[in-house]
Amino acid sequence: SVLEEFQMEEFKERCTQCEAVSWGLTDEGKYYCTSCHNVTERSKEVINSDIIPNAQIKALNRGLKRKNNSEKGWDWYVCEGFQHILYQQAEALKNLGVGPELKNDVLHNFWKRYLQKSKQAYCKNPVYTTGRKPTVLEDNLSHSDWASEPELPSDVNSPFLESGMESQSDVHTRKSLRISKALQSETSVCSGSLDGVEYSQRKEKGLVKMTVPQTLAFCYLSLLWQREAITLSDLLRFVEEDHIPYINAFQHFPEQMKLYGRDRGIFGTESWPNYDDIYKKTIEVATFLDLPRFPDITEDCYLHPNILCMKYLMEVNLPDEMHSLTCHVVKMTGMGEADFLTFDPIAKVAKTVKYDVQAVAVIVVVLKLLFLLDDNLEWSLSNLAEKHNEKNKKDKPWFNFRKWYQIMKKAFDEKKQNWEEARAKYLWKSEKPLYYSYVDKPVAYKKREMVVNLQKQFSTLVDSTPTAGKKSPSSFQFNWTEEDTERTCFHGHSLQGVLKEKGQSLLTKNSLYWLSTQKFCRCYCTHVTTYEESNYSLSYQFILNLFSFLLRIKASLLHEEVSLVEKELFKKKYSVTKKKSKSKKRRR
Amino acid sequence: MSRAASLPVIYSAQSVIGMSDFSEELKGPVTDDEQVETSVLSGAGMHFPWLQTYIETVAIGGKRKKDFAQTTSACLSFIQEALLKHQWQQAAEYMHSYFQTLEDSDSYKRQAAPEIIWKLGSEILFYHPKSNVETFNTFADRMKNIGIMNYLKISLQHALYLLHHGMLEDAKRKLSEAETWRHGEKTSSREILINLIQAYKGLLQYYTWSKKKRELSKLDKDDYAYSAVAQDVFNHSWKTSVNISALIKIPGVWDPFVKSYVEMLEFYGDRDGAQEVLTNYAYDEKFPSNPNAHIYLYNFLKRQKAPRSKLISVLKILYQIVPSHKLMLEFHTLLRKSEKEEHHKLGLEVLFGVLDFAGCTKNITAWKYLAKYVKKTLMGNHLVWVQEEWKSRKNWWPSFHFSYFWAKSDWKEDTALACEKAFVAGLLLGKESSWRSKNRPQTIMADSFFLAWMAICMYSLGTGDRLEIPLACLEMLRTSKLDGGWAPVPLE
Repeated sequence: SVLEEFQMEEFKERCTQCEAVSWGLTDEGKYYCTSCHNVTERSKEVINSDIIPNAQIKALNRGLKRKNNSEKGWDWYVCEGFQHILYQQAEALKNLGVGPELKNDVLHNFWKRYLQKSKQAYCKNPVYTTGRKPTVLEDNLSHSDWASEPELPSDVNSPFLESGMESQSDVHTRKSLRISKALQSETSVCSGSLDGVEYSQRKEKGLVKMTVPQTLAFCYLSLLWQREAITLSDLLRFVEEDHIPYINAFQHFPEQMKLYGRDRGIFGTESWPNYDDIYKKTIEVATFLDLPRFPDITEDCYLHPNILCMKYLMEVNLPDEMHSLTCHVVKMTGMGEADFLTFDPIAKVAKTVKYDVQAVAVIVVVLKLLFLLDDNLEWSLSNLAEKHNEKNKKDKPWFNFRKWYQIMKKAFDEKKQNWEEARAKYLWKSEKPLYYSYVDKPVAYKKREMVVNLQKQFSTLVDSTPTAGKKSPSSFQFNWTEEDTERTCFHGHSLQGVLKEKGQSLLTKNSLYWLSTQKFCRCYCTHVTTYEESNYSLSYQFILNLFSFLLRIKASLLHEEVSLVEKELFKKKYSVTKKKSKSKKRRR
Repeated sequence: MSRAASLPVIYSAQSVIGMSDFSEELKGPVTDDEQVETSVLSGAGMHFPWLQTYIETVAIGGKRKKDFAQTTSACLSFIQEALLKHQWQQAAEYMHSYFQTLEDSDSYKRQAAPEIIWKLGSEILFYHPKSNVETFNTFADRMKNIGIMNYLKISLQHALYLLHHGMLEDAKRKLSEAETWRHGEKTSSREILINLIQAYKGLLQYYTWSKKKRELSKLDKDDYAYSAVAQDVFNHSWKTSVNISALIKIPGVWDPFVKSYVEMLEFYGDRDGAQEVLTNYAYDEKFPSNPNAHIYLYNFLKRQKAPRSKLISVLKILYQIVPSHKLMLEFHTLLRKSEKEEHHKLGLEVLFGVLDFAGCTKNITAWKYLAKYVKKTLMGNHLVWVQEEWKSRKNWWPSFHFSYFWAKSDWKEDTALACEKAFVAGLLLGKESSWRSKNRPQTIMADSFFLAWMAICMYSLGTGDRLEIPLACLEMLRTSKLDGGWAPVPLE
């Protein structure tokens, strides 16, 4: 009968055991899965339509309808989701000690500008209302001639995402985005958000579409604008350490913002951000937003190589005396100039400096200048230092590369091991499972529940001491103090053993140098060099691995940066003896 | 109205197909991947982790794997390492994180996850000090319902776990549950599993039966309880035979099942039935080669007092599969007693064959038999047989059996063995010419005894008992070996 058909149509959930949607009725009137014979709790309430009055059918109907309404949740747009994530991230940054202006002014403005540029709001023809009368509010959005001003316009009075629900989505955004119900019912089928399907299909030339990694590009741009003391690698490390919402950031969306279907592809992330990727995205976003030149990076900024070098020298337990050498290299290469350091998206070739990578590269270059790192000289210099230190126990000790290596190797291996273990234990899945459609929902939730139950069971088998909890955020990963007798602190050690006086200036005892890259591509391709580990000395490999671990980047990226620094430092040599390629002599 | 309300549901069901193309895309290349992987693995039975990762990166076009995939596979290696080192605690810690593979967005991996988790998890729970039967039960029941494809396997292993902990009744219940479980259409692999489950059930019933049987044997026939127990025994036997007989018809190695089944058949006098089962188990070509099948058949035939020729034919096959089996000495005896000359020749082969194996070098019976039989063969003018056997062994037996080291240690540990070996050594290492003097058996004997004695003298060198030992040997040779009264003439 028609009624029966209707009943069967109604129960469209996936079987919790085999995920099939194929239901039959048992003699008791319960649904069972025809493929795995799993009998459900759900029973068909109408057994015989001829006898049972209609009341029951209606009741069943009503029940389903109500459920549908509550399950559907609010109407929301993808950009609102990203806005929510940005809001959370800004909050987290504030908690990390970043000034409140970042959240209230800078990031807010960037975001508004993005909505405008991508024609999602604050413009005359928002993309959602194509073919309809524009509903955008024109009153509030004034000029958009930012390029002429170095300061960001703060034309909107309301501070960014103040509090409460209203702030979850900007009032203006909300108003401009409302569309008719008819369109909704069609699109909402494949995504929780209203425009999930449309959004994932949007492909316009020159459009930078919002993605989860892109949110970090926005964060980093704001940090850069504010010249905050957080480098890109710090930011990404904080993300990895869960201090900044990123993976499953959607699970903190309000209960009524339902995600499924296409939203899964848009908001679900199964990877940590990658340095190179975010770096590129940052430039992409800045160019797309058509941002003016950023505030100058001067010598008193954290991002200035001199300060960063100091920071990383401390981090890796190298002598403070090396700082004057790094400063020297920075000066010689012109890398300390504000023009070089400051990000200018509207310049001919928009590029920003990888401040952290560059600072570390300078340190590597200095280490090469001092110790050559050819697996030979550094050890003989270490022998000298050792002998000297034994004879002169009262003096400031000479820096002993070998001893430093031994201590750093141990500390680094331990750190890396812990890091790998922590990564292997990382829990990726959110409490709110993402599913493709309503049909999948019960399966997804059941899976989640089972995983949680299994985890509970196994956590009773684990020692009661939890794994040290969440680390408090710190820009330092190693800690070296004079008091620690186990792990020598080299900060106060002297470089006397590797330098010699000549007249008024100091020279390095080592007069040799080898270039990390002998030839640069003539074309403008981005690949400067390839790093084939085995071609390089073990000391060099160790140092690259150590630093690239600290920055969570690939060793090849650092190698590339070292080559770039060398290119600047030995500009003349490169142009004169381009053809000769082996190790080169150099005098300072 | 009501129809309209149900429309979006239908629509969504269709759009799932459209939407899942993302997951399908993922699925496609991944399955290809797996195939490549397995071929790498199965190739030479070797495992190259580096090669595998290399292939993986090639297959996905150098694109980075998702961190989720990376960390979970790292997690898996950590678990495996912990299991290898018996660090159950650590393994459980990592396992806690590994459960998320059940929610892997890669459907291929998601489907493979339950089995991996079950294997690792049950291993951990089996050994973990904080684990107990209850924990294991909960885990097994959960896993059964996650990977329904593994329902039967898990049920069976669950039952085995319970058996291991002596919980026979619970194990039986689990097996019954699994037996009656239904899921979709029957596949052949599932059918075998069901047979296996039933057979295990049968095995448990056999256990009860054999306990009852022991009870019965203690009871007096006139005892009032006798008939009740006897009835019980009968019932059990009937159920068991039904349970087991289905399984053992399928090619495979079913030793415990066959053994108990035959025992019950024999008990009730169904000798033909038992013989049929055993013959089928041993001779059906579809079954994998299985020495035990022949041993069972041989033992059964021996119990039935079968003719010698039949016993020989069974052991002949066993000889081909396991020439070092301890039954080979029995085989030799049978062959020796046989009238056929070819059997006599084979008897010699068998003895040499047994002693080819390092595990049998100290088997005094084998040496005794060989000593006797070589002598007998030579005296029976079958010099060629000995030569034939010796030809392939003369390069390595001297250092394998008759080395100075063995001489010394044998002499210390087991003088009788040393003497037997010495005798054989004398015969085999002696001049071949002495074997040829067909017409003068006495000379052969004298010759070989002399050589044996020499050998023992040489053996004893270095033991410190220069005088004593040769004399002792002489004594032994005189008393035990000289059935014909031949006395060697010792050298002055």
